[in-house]
Amino acid sequence: MDTIFALATAPGKSGVAVIRVSGPDAFACCRVFGFEPPKPRKTALRRLINEARGFLDEALVLTFEQGASFTGEPIVELHVHGSIAIINSVLDCLKDIPDYRSAGPGEFTRRALNNGMLDLTQVEALSDLIDAETEMQRKQALKGFTGRLREESEAWRADLIHALSLLEATIDFADEEVPIDVSDDVERLLSSVMRTMDQEIDGYGVAERVRTGFEVAIVGPPNAGKSTLLNTLAGRDAAITSEIAGTTRDVIEVRMDLDSLPVTFLDTAGLRETRDTVESIGIQRAMDRARAADLRVFLKGDGDFDKLIPRDHDIVVEGKSDLRSDGNGISGITGVGVQKLINDVKSYLLSHATSAGLVSHERQKLVLEEGRVALEKSLFFVQIGPDRYDLASEELRSAIFTLERLVGRVDVEDVLDKVFSSFCIGK
Amino acid sequence: MKQFDFDVIVVGGGHAGCEAAHASARLGAHTALVTLTEEGIGVMSCNPAIGGLGKGHLVREIDAFDGVMGQVADKAGIQFRLLNRRKGPAVQGPRAQADRKIYQAEMLSVTKAQVNLEIIIGEVTDLILTGSTITGVRIDGDRTLSAASVVLTTGTFLRGVIHIGDRQISGGRMGERPSNDLAKTLAAFDLPLGRLKTGTPPRLDGRTINWDGLDEQPGDDDPVMFSFLSNGPTARQVSCAITHTNEETHDIIRKNLDRSAMYGGHIEGVGPRYCPSIEDKVVRFADKSSHQIFLEPEGLEDHTIYPNGISTSLPEDVQLDYVRSIRGLEQADILQPGYAIEYDYVDPRALNLDLSLKAREGLYLAGQINGTTGYEEAAAQGLVAGLNAARRAKKLEPISFSRSDSYIGVMIDDLTSRGVAEPYRMFTSRAEYRLSLRADNADQRLTPKAIALGCVGQERQESFTRKKALLSKGRSRLDALVVTSRQLVDAGVSVSQDGAKRTAFEALAIEAVTWESLFVIAPEFREIDEDTRDQLAKDALYANYIERQKKDIDALRRDEAQVIPTDFDFSQIEGLSNELKTKLTRSRPSNIAQAGRIDGMTPSALLLLLSRVRSLKPGERAAG
Repeated sequence: MDTIFALATAPGKSGVAVIRVSGPDAFACCRVFGFEPPKPRKTALRRLINEARGFLDEALVLTFEQGASFTGEPIVELHVHGSIAIINSVLDCLKDIPDYRSAGPGEFTRRALNNGMLDLTQVEALSDLIDAETEMQRKQALKGFTGRLREESEAWRADLIHALSLLEATIDFADEEVPIDVSDDVERLLSSVMRTMDQEIDGYGVAERVRTGFEVAIVGPPNAGKSTLLNTLAGRDAAITSEIAGTTRDVIEVRMDLDSLPVTFLDTAGLRETRDTVESIGIQRAMDRARAADLRVFLKGDGDFDKLIPRDHDIVVEGKSDLRSDGNGISGITGVGVQKLINDVKSYLLSHATSAGLVSHERQKLVLEEGRVALEKSLFFVQIGPDRYDLASEELRSAIFTLERLVGRVDVEDVLDKVFSSFCIGK
Repeated sequence: MKQFDFDVIVVGGGHAGCEAAHASARLGAHTALVTLTEEGIGVMSCNPAIGGLGKGHLVREIDAFDGVMGQVADKAGIQFRLLNRRKGPAVQGPRAQADRKIYQAEMLSVTKAQVNLEIIIGEVTDLILTGSTITGVRIDGDRTLSAASVVLTTGTFLRGVIHIGDRQISGGRMGERPSNDLAKTLAAFDLPLGRLKTGTPPRLDGRTINWDGLDEQPGDDDPVMFSFLSNGPTARQVSCAITHTNEETHDIIRKNLDRSAMYGGHIEGVGPRYCPSIEDKVVRFADKSSHQIFLEPEGLEDHTIYPNGISTSLPEDVQLDYVRSIRGLEQADILQPGYAIEYDYVDPRALNLDLSLKAREGLYLAGQINGTTGYEEAAAQGLVAGLNAARRAKKLEPISFSRSDSYIGVMIDDLTSRGVAEPYRMFTSRAEYRLSLRADNADQRLTPKAIALGCVGQERQESFTRKKALLSKGRSRLDALVVTSRQLVDAGVSVSQDGAKRTAFEALAIEAVTWESLFVIAPEFREIDEDTRDQLAKDALYANYIERQKKDIDALRRDEAQVIPTDFDFSQIEGLSNELKTKLTRSRPSNIAQAGRIDGMTPSALLLLLSRVRSLKPGERAAG
């Protein structure tokens, strides 16, 4: 099996760059650089001296043993000075070692998954963690990475296996001293699992938003000051502004970190009747994106909002307050009302974000929904009673298998273990 | 080419041995059944009953292959009960109390009557090898018999030790000596061996039991037979009785625990969790103040009673004490004390799917020697080993069973891919396709395969063909009639009037729809005979689920078709963790489906394995 290596830190100049080597022969690279592998998990300062290339750099070297590393394989980390020349020469040396090759994208993580160091939900969370730009994203990804979703699904699994073992006991040990009707107990277990699953499914929308960012659409009639407001929020000229109504045609996005909340503001075409084909496409897009957004900021101006109707939490303000005598409203030019708008957006999204669940990927949500359907059917048969335990058990089994796709797989021995520890079987 | 004395030699006349010898002979192989004594053929050494949940399924599957267990059990049956009668047909299991003597006599008679099958009396003391291939057996130390294949079914006789309290007797069954010579031969093969134990209760004299006031457990009013060919019981039918242990019983057992072979530290073998001794029950379920005991008659002309539920390895005096503390047994005499027996088994992961040894050619193992328990499990393995031993003798490809076609397939796959941690018993919950693998459709599932193999006699072929024709005719009549929900409501069925149009077969899948309701709509269905109607209703009940499982089954069959050569080097797979490599090397899965069930196997690791197996050139593959 190959040993793989790659630059683990971002490419380019930096203070320190970390090169990671993983695989059965990882420790061998130390000798290529002229020193014996240091003791695992102890830092060592070593000169990297290569036979062909000479003295490369002075580096901090860390080694991890098999089974006690990120990938589960022996790992060596070389912390070198972050110079492009040093990095390249070290990578070149590694390339020359037999059975060494440069790692493909995600290959370290893949090996971690293969070796059971991470489960699937953790891998998903790890990529979220690396992509996290805001505090809230970091917290959410960390929950996943530390296995919270796995813990949750293991708790469900334990309950469902318990329920299945009750059903199976009445079936396989019909001739023994086991209960005949276990519907009440099974129903209680299934309902409680379904309840927490529902919470996770409900929390998916928000969790997914935390992961990918909330969208706030700025909408209103043409020339209401939407683009100017966006530019002020962005602190740069992201959108072209002019006196000409209908300047903005496409949807312009600006990503921001609003006190730990990842938010994308959308500037949209002004809403009005138009015969201009390009503009009418832009207006249609504006409406579609605005409807799908988490929140809409309606800027009032000359004209109405066409077919777009503000919803409960949407913010409706007067635009271009700089041109108004009463000073009400908001203005991207003077900055009046901007802070209040930010606060309003923030407080709404924050109140929303607290309901985020552990399920933040569509794959995870689909698995839960599929399992939920099977549980519902199982419950239906359980409620009919012992005569239909054959089908109740079939649906329950299918639910457990489905949920197992979140992380692993189920085993009939688990069910029998539970049966044998709960009942005195053997007449 | 050397002439063999026999095509197949089967060693042992228990349930595995009989079924193996018959299967081999049915395939036309010249077969010898070697047994210590003629009386040893078809002995039920544990409880006098056949079938049950999962087990009854196995008997039906053996019967679908025209095997002997089902028909013999039907003849010997003195109390028939269909377990889970009120639950769905998929989880119903036929069971019968059997008259020991009738069972033995019937088994001996069908064995003597079977063409191509010869009974040889003697003890097999050694196996004869040509290179690493088994080519025969040595009998009683001096006679040799040669054969193309040998099937070993030695049950608990390998280094068997009987424990009663602190007394140990070497033996394979009470009063019968163990096969220690053969054990030595096998030891030289360097097979992975383990030790298991099982136990029996004391046998009681029925004439000394006070039956008055004990609960009676009669058989079913309409007995369900094992064999698809049987029409009804032939022996007189009797009842069992039920009594219970009590606090006093438990006290006696608790006080004498240190004198029990198991708790006194004399036994190293692992016993089955589902068949615990009474000592185990009292210790592990200390809060239960009473355990049920079934008093099962061993036969019509026999006053021996088998008290099912109190197997033990306590000394004889304690056995008598606790037995007499039980209601109805106050005066009971013990005819034979209960005992625990320890024996060697071969880790079944050393076997191929056809039950041949991986390490030696020409040798097949079946029954308790593979770590299983139960007559039915043994017989089912006997069938598989016998068929394959005969096919090997005829130089034909082995045949195997799949988890998706039979309980036999589930069992063989479990054994060969996972090994055993305790004596392996069949349960319906082991079968993931339980709704399709029913006792009622065992013939539909397997008899066509059996006929194709040539192991089904004339009588069964005809009866099966007749039944199948009736079923398909009935089915097409049902499929041809479209029923509206309106019609169903008019027929008195409470279904939602969703305007859905169903075939009559689909309508039968609805809980509330019975044949009576279909008769209202289509009186001509009355022409379909009752047996066919029953079967069609059972087929319809699960039709939707079976359709849904079809996708999984197809995937499983694809995986099973990806055969891994026996000499495949798992350590050479790039990207596989060392732990998985070790596990794979140890259990040597026969195909990708088996590999997938190895503990700790991940989908990505399976993909790696699959791509490596696929990349093998045809030549390399054939090397397996």
